[in-house]
Amino acid sequence: MKKNPIVSLDHVSFQYEGHEQYALNNVTFDIYEGEWLAIVGHNGSGKSTMAKLLNGLQFPQQGEITVCGIPLNETSIWDIRRRIGMVFQNPDNQFVGTTVEDDVAFGLENYGVPREEMVQRVQDSLHKVKMDQLLHQEPHHLSGGQKQRVAIAGVMALRPSIIILDEATSMLDPRGRAEVLDSIRTLKSEKSLTVISITHDLEEAAKADRIIVMNKGKVFQEGTPDVIFAMDEQLIQLGLDIPFSVKMAKALGKQGIKLSKYYLSEEELVTELWTYRSHM
Amino acid sequence: MMENMLFGRYVPAESLLHRMDPRSKLLIIFFFVCIIFIANNGITYAFIAIYTFIMLTMSRIPARFLYKGLKPVIWLVIFTFLLQLFFTQQGTLLYRLGPVKIYEEGLKQGLFISLRFLFLILMTSLLTLTTTPIEITDGLESLLNPLKKVRFPVHEMALMMSIALRFIPTLMEETDKIMKAQMARGVEFSSGPLKERIKAVVPLLIPLFVSAFKRAEELAVAMEARGYRGGEGRTKYRQLSWKTADSLQLLVLIALTVLLMLFRS
Repeated sequence: MKKNPIVSLDHVSFQYEGHEQYALNNVTFDIYEGEWLAIVGHNGSGKSTMAKLLNGLQFPQQGEITVCGIPLNETSIWDIRRRIGMVFQNPDNQFVGTTVEDDVAFGLENYGVPREEMVQRVQDSLHKVKMDQLLHQEPHHLSGGQKQRVAIAGVMALRPSIIILDEATSMLDPRGRAEVLDSIRTLKSEKSLTVISITHDLEEAAKADRIIVMNKGKVFQEGTPDVIFAMDEQLIQLGLDIPFSVKMAKALGKQGIKLSKYYLSEEELVTELWTYRSHM
Repeated sequence: MMENMLFGRYVPAESLLHRMDPRSKLLIIFFFVCIIFIANNGITYAFIAIYTFIMLTMSRIPARFLYKGLKPVIWLVIFTFLLQLFFTQQGTLLYRLGPVKIYEEGLKQGLFISLRFLFLILMTSLLTLTTTPIEITDGLESLLNPLKKVRFPVHEMALMMSIALRFIPTLMEETDKIMKAQMARGVEFSSGPLKERIKAVVPLLIPLFVSAFKRAEELAVAMEARGYRGGEGRTKYRQLSWKTADSLQLLVLIALTVLLMLFRS
């Protein structure tokens, strides 16, 4: 999995104006090409600030951020924003166009893509998120999950190397959330896309290749979901909620039922349990 | 709530007028508003009436939609007619009842002015009935493009308009939500004395404004993240296409102008 870093943060510190505390305090880590990285933490842990720094909506006071080999600064932000697509939390407040197709085209228009190519790319990217049937639909007729998929299509139309989901599923119902995550997973498997999902939902983070836990502006812990969920009590102290399957596995452990590994998804857990006796 | 709003009046249908370029429609309306003042006698008004009638039929808009659009202004038309009827005192006396005198000129003027008014309303509502608000925005942007030379922010205006249009339903929904939330807390919006009702709007407007500002800020961030940096170097996805029908329609209007000039007294 570990390849060349596509994003690197080097001793990055950031402080909002008028705040005493650092929102990010001397943060250093790399994000690798093609991985799915989840950044988790409770409110105020600095995870959302990170998203803003990564595509130049804010600039760090100290340290340096490099994206695709380009150091991030005032002059390179437009180049970098084209490589980093961002999907935000509120489905309504990032829908610019009056219809689905217009919204997807918005980013393309900004970068001066010729019209014939735009039409093609709008079609393609809407097809990938299964929204191509609703080309002329207006946003108020769409569900939250559909709007978020349109937002993803809008980002994908620009062919970025990295996509950041900034709490992109937190305002959706379970179905919408599943739709959005499915779309991302499909896109990721088709292209060598790097996904950074910023979330406080550990269920979502559990699907990532690697998790970074943030607390008080610092990297608290990083590792695979397996490693992170083994932190257990510590996670709860950080204000994060452990996924149900992990709680279940822990309770089973107390009863003397040992499972093969610490973190299992719900399906894995079920499979493990119904084949449990045959392993004995 | 949406139905009686001016901008929600677009009626989808398959007609020549619907397919026309918004630019040509805007130009036609603009010229029509000008040339209607050329008409000053029966025959010229008849020309205008025929033209308006043909346009209305071509739009294939059901009459009830036209009626709905007319309803709020019909009283104004009648009032104008009566005003002219009673207060113009020229020409031969036609009718007299006590102090009320009706002159020939009064009847004529009343009829002409109220008809002019009626045709203007019909034609302009035909524009909004057959053209979506976003098409009108595109048309305006394209027509006003030359003004960029004098630093008039055409692109920004058009973008503002389209964003406003896009957010109308969202804000409507939100208003409805807040209204229900406040009603659940005992605020009465639809009954009580006028003063109380106006006061009741305050707890509706404040949350609405707060959220609108928050939305605006988030939208601005989202737009920037998607590479928006003003109109420079932007291409357009939505395209306008000027067809033969558009040119023909303009020619018809020019022909009408010539006719009006010839037959006016």
